[in-house]
Amino acid sequence: MFDFLSDYDDPSLLGAFWVTVQLTVFSAIGSLIWGTLLAAMRVSPVPLMRGFGTAYVNIVRNIPLTVIIVFTSLGLADIFGVTMGAPDDFKLKYFRLAVLGLVAYTAAFVCEAIRSGINTVPVGQAEAARAIGLSFSQVLRLVVLPQAFRSVIGPLANVLIALTKNTTVAATIGVAEAALLMKEMIENEAQTLLIGAVFAFGFVVLTLPTGLFLGWLSKRLAVKR
Amino acid sequence: MTSVLYDAPGPKAKRRNLLFSVVFFVLLALLLWWVWQTLDDKNQLEWSLWKPFTTSEAWTTYLLPGLADTLKAAALSMVIALPLGAVLGIARMSDHRWVRIPAGAVVEFFRAIPVLLLMLFANEFYVRSTGIPSDERPLYAVVTGLVLYNASVLAEVVRAGILSLPKGQSEAAMAIGLRKSQTMTSILLPQAVTAMLPAIVSQLVVIVKDTALGGVMLGFTELLNTRSTLAANYANVIPSFIVVAVIFIVLNFILTSFASWLEGRLRRSKRSTGAVVGADKVDDVNAAEVGGTYGTGAGGTI
Repeated sequence: MFDFLSDYDDPSLLGAFWVTVQLTVFSAIGSLIWGTLLAAMRVSPVPLMRGFGTAYVNIVRNIPLTVIIVFTSLGLADIFGVTMGAPDDFKLKYFRLAVLGLVAYTAAFVCEAIRSGINTVPVGQAEAARAIGLSFSQVLRLVVLPQAFRSVIGPLANVLIALTKNTTVAATIGVAEAALLMKEMIENEAQTLLIGAVFAFGFVVLTLPTGLFLGWLSKRLAVKR
Repeated sequence: MTSVLYDAPGPKAKRRNLLFSVVFFVLLALLLWWVWQTLDDKNQLEWSLWKPFTTSEAWTTYLLPGLADTLKAAALSMVIALPLGAVLGIARMSDHRWVRIPAGAVVEFFRAIPVLLLMLFANEFYVRSTGIPSDERPLYAVVTGLVLYNASVLAEVVRAGILSLPKGQSEAAMAIGLRKSQTMTSILLPQAVTAMLPAIVSQLVVIVKDTALGGVMLGFTELLNTRSTLAANYANVIPSFIVVAVIFIVLNFILTSFASWLEGRLRRSKRSTGAVVGADKVDDVNAAEVGGTYGTGAGGTI
């Protein structure tokens, strides 16, 4: 029944899902950093940074991810000549471009999640921090963000799961991840339903434990008030 | 909240903020200058590439039909997914375990799978098992994929909408002797639908954005797809991307603003119970609060 799987070795089924995992992990790290910076900009005392953060989030959130990913290939790579440090290795180049696109897009949602987390921190916390003379960056780094992060693990887990699913969009620029392999298999093999089930199962395996673990973690780390 | 994080700037802080502003401005300007220079080098700024957008041909042949297809797929998906989602959502709250558990499984399953996989599968299914002509097939596949995914998301929205109503509503209904089905259809659902409206509108944004996937992967002639035909014709990659992105931004911005206007209006309204499922609540409607399974509850607004 699963004989046809052995006909695919570049990438194999597991290889394709491994690329999906890599896309997810690299994009998650990148978007967490960039998203936190954006959130810090959006609450900062510098009006220009606030404006930039707001504009970035509102613009990027409203563009389809597909447009962004396709643009990284046709625009950034072909017109701007961005090679992401891999001018000759096409596989690596498009992989990195896909990560760049995913980071740019996901960071907007990470930023909003963190900002909503900042709003859950009681006003007294920031007031007390200011009263003992901390500066803005100290208030944010030492008092507000640590509490905010703990309360946004739930929403961030949702963003992470959505990101896992969104990595399939990388197929539009030919990154050999799960969705692209499924497209190839489903067009060439007879067992449509079986192939669909195998790939669906793969994504359930990737997203379900993440949801369970982070859900447990968010309950455990929630700030008791 | 913002001002709570820092003191009113004194003379020193004002100087420092000004310094940050200047540094940030210079960095931004450098980036923009690099973009501008590159575009200029590659001749992407020439007026001949932008001129097509001032003529009616580019709009009537490429952009407007593309936009129409985007909107058609989005509207169809929403119209089909909404009743399906309502049925699934209500089924998931059923008193009977044999209704509740399968409905929950279906919802969690389709929410865990990328919408692209659903579209690809639907497309292949239509190729092999139905006689849908090949020029209409992409639309069918895109709508099927979007319906399956969004019905599950909307099922959770419906559930949250009904749970957001004050308990007194269903208690009062039961007290005057209504059946469970009567309570649901004449008391709870009508109020829940109003409460859900903002979340439904903001889910439309997600649907509009997801149609673009079908354009690249299935050849569905929506906006992103007609953009590539247009760019092939006028050789204006960057201008066409910018125009298409702006169309998407404006469209989705209108929908988002409408959703938050609706939300504010419903919250203020005196006639309703004041229960609202907010636009950003779609992904909070996950397990923890509503007490369902800890699943893959996710990605509502992405």
